Amino acid sequence: MKALSQKRRHPLAAIALLLMGLLLTGGLYAVATTVNQAKAETTTYSASDTEEGKKLFEANCATCHGMGASGSKDGPSLVGVGAAAVDFQVGTGRMPMQMNGPQAQKKPLQFNEDQTHQLSAYVASLGAGPAIPEEHLLDEKGDAAEGGELFRVNCAMCHNAAAAGGALTRGKFAPALADVSGKHIYEAMATGPQNMPVFNDANISPEGKRDIVTFLKKIEANGSPGGADLGSLGPVAEGLFVWVAGLGVIIAFTIWLTSRSS
Amino acid sequence: MSASSTADVPFEAKTKVGRFTDFVDERVGGSGILREFGRKVFPDHWSFMFGEVALYSFVILLLSGTFLTFFFDPSMAETHYQGSYTPLYNVEMSVAYSSSLDISFDVRGGLFMRQVHHWAALLFVASLGVHMLRVFFTGAFRKPREMNWVVGGVLLILAMAAGFTGYSLPDDLLSGNGLRIIDGVIKSIPVIGTYISFFLFGGEFPGTAIIGRLYVLHILLVPALILLMIVIHLFMVVVHKHTQYPGPGRNDGNVVGYPLGPVYAAKAGGFFFIVFGVIALMAAAFTINPIWNYGPYDPSPVSAGTQPDWYIGFVDGALRLMPGVVNDFHFEYVIFGYTLTLNVLLPALVPAGIIFTVLFTYPWIERWITKDNREHHVLDRPRNAPTRTAIGVAGFTWYCVMWAAAGSDLIATHFHVSLNDVTYWLRALFFVGPIIAFIVTKRVALALQRKDREIALHGRETGRIVRLPHGEFIEVHAPLDDYKQYKLVGFESPAPLPAQPNEHGVVTRKEKRRAALSKWFFEDRVAPATPAEVEAAHAHGHHEAIEGADQKSLSH
Repeated sequence: MKALSQKRRHPLAAIALLLMGLLLTGGLYAVATTVNQAKAETTTYSASDTEEGKKLFEANCATCHGMGASGSKDGPSLVGVGAAAVDFQVGTGRMPMQMNGPQAQKKPLQFNEDQTHQLSAYVASLGAGPAIPEEHLLDEKGDAAEGGELFRVNCAMCHNAAAAGGALTRGKFAPALADVSGKHIYEAMATGPQNMPVFNDANISPEGKRDIVTFLKKIEANGSPGGADLGSLGPVAEGLFVWVAGLGVIIAFTIWLTSRSS
Repeated sequence: MSASSTADVPFEAKTKVGRFTDFVDERVGGSGILREFGRKVFPDHWSFMFGEVALYSFVILLLSGTFLTFFFDPSMAETHYQGSYTPLYNVEMSVAYSSSLDISFDVRGGLFMRQVHHWAALLFVASLGVHMLRVFFTGAFRKPREMNWVVGGVLLILAMAAGFTGYSLPDDLLSGNGLRIIDGVIKSIPVIGTYISFFLFGGEFPGTAIIGRLYVLHILLVPALILLMIVIHLFMVVVHKHTQYPGPGRNDGNVVGYPLGPVYAAKAGGFFFIVFGVIALMAAAFTINPIWNYGPYDPSPVSAGTQPDWYIGFVDGALRLMPGVVNDFHFEYVIFGYTLTLNVLLPALVPAGIIFTVLFTYPWIERWITKDNREHHVLDRPRNAPTRTAIGVAGFTWYCVMWAAAGSDLIATHFHVSLNDVTYWLRALFFVGPIIAFIVTKRVALALQRKDREIALHGRETGRIVRLPHGEFIEVHAPLDDYKQYKLVGFESPAPLPAQPNEHGVVTRKEKRRAALSKWFFEDRVAPATPAEVEAAHAHGHHEAIEGADQKSLSH
């Protein structure tokens, strides 16, 4: 204590004090804002969000999903699908659907973030369903190895062990997962879009989903340690490559070697 | 041996090195061997070099494989991975998989060597396949080389065995799935299947023995057999001499080309390093078998896009094409409490069985049909043996349909078509593809022969258009030089051989069948232009060029 009081007139004391004050307020602010964000994601939407969402829904979605999202012969009821389903389908451009087909495909987004938020608010207001995941579940700081095991057991049979995607029956397919945001991966697991089954929280816990997102983001960031990955498609791509490129180059050399023939 | 050339005066080398080599030579006869081999003449053609590519790939496999054995541990004991690849850190796995990961991430140069080994393996089997296609389509399997063709076929099977046993060693999810399919196929064999499976795996699949057993096969037995077969194969090449393409001055009694030493010794040595370089470049720049993506083997998960390496693909494709049920017709029966699963047994064993049976017996089949017992050292151009070429293309098409089926899921996703439709089309092509290929190939071969004949008779089109005095335009044809002309006319075109009576003067039923096949084989033929025909055509053309009349028969 004595040392501190002795140095209180040190030329740098004011700067040290200033720094401490800044750190304290900054830290408090950061904590406060993250708390706010987490609340905004999970708790209720504002009444105006729901109201605006209803208008957007009636103008853009009701043709197929029916007034009040109660469904029609062209589209399923959305009562109880939750905000996560809307955020995934609209947020990846799959909805509004461009054309009929085996499954809705990704395309450029039709609604901006606010509109997606409003649509989610409206659909969430119709009945309880999976909410948009909280920020801490998407921090990509879970256990990648655990996530890898969950992925191989639950996801790899359709999405491929390297998440390169795969074929399903009659033109349906499981898409590649590179470049898909952690939030959308999480929402897809929670809501089961298109032909995907639902992996609810009893099936894969929120922590497990966090691990899976961590794993996918990790292998995406890792890239391919062995050189060009040839699409991560496995032996078919490798076989094609050795026949076309490998043997092709070899044949070019054989022709060169025998070009001055007897 | 070498002493005989120096007559009665004992040879005394002038230098120390000379005396040393002479000492060795007098005891091992090296110069005699060198003289014999060095003067061995080989013909030159790019298509003759695929066997060499296979040989060099095999040498590279031995070298890179030896490196891998230093670090690979074929144990199925359980461990927790502690290496530097974090997405698998602390995951429970076998020691075999863990050591494969260590080779990939923690052994200096390990990943490169693994990729060299794997790319070399793919290239080994691919070049072997192309070499066999070349031998087939040029008729190089004919007398006296039938047995060497069989040795080559054995080498193909051994290469596939080497590849498959190696593919399974890392004990990753992908190879484990492959092993599971093999286990299923083995178990589908009636009566003895389950016993073989239990014997092979040391109990119920997957057990704890299989990796160690495959390892012994992969690094000891199979390479030793391959080496033995290569020695036999090359020995027979030396005995038979190399075949050559038809050309002026080439016949069944000579070989036209360069001697082994120094030309081919230098070329072959250089070519080895070219092949090594191509493989090293591929290994350095392109991932092969990223085992870290697949994770450790666990019998429960199966990844989408699970395929074997390309050379086993046709078996996998046949399995994928086989329907489980057709309407209400099932392929699985229970007989006296034993299950007979034809929907696994048929596709796994029958197409491969047919392919290898035909492959091994084809030289004798053709020999029986043609009754051709002469030695052949001059090759056929594929078009000049239309029926054989058509048979080969039909077989290759059949193989390719099954091969494509192994990638049916990737065809579906990458071309945005329905997986079911891909399967239906390939099922149809499985049956009609070879037939269409046979007809089309035979017609193409005959058309090419007709074109050859046309050019031999009337010369090549020069592109020079001449207007005749009465206003007609003709294109001037120029005669070929003798070398090119020889290529177009210097081939055999056997006619069908009618049924021959045997020594009792009886035409047997078997002989009648042979005659029918001979007719089928040689019935459609375009005979090479005879010297008389060429002479007549040239006189005709010359005559017309002067007279300018009656031109239509030439230039239309």
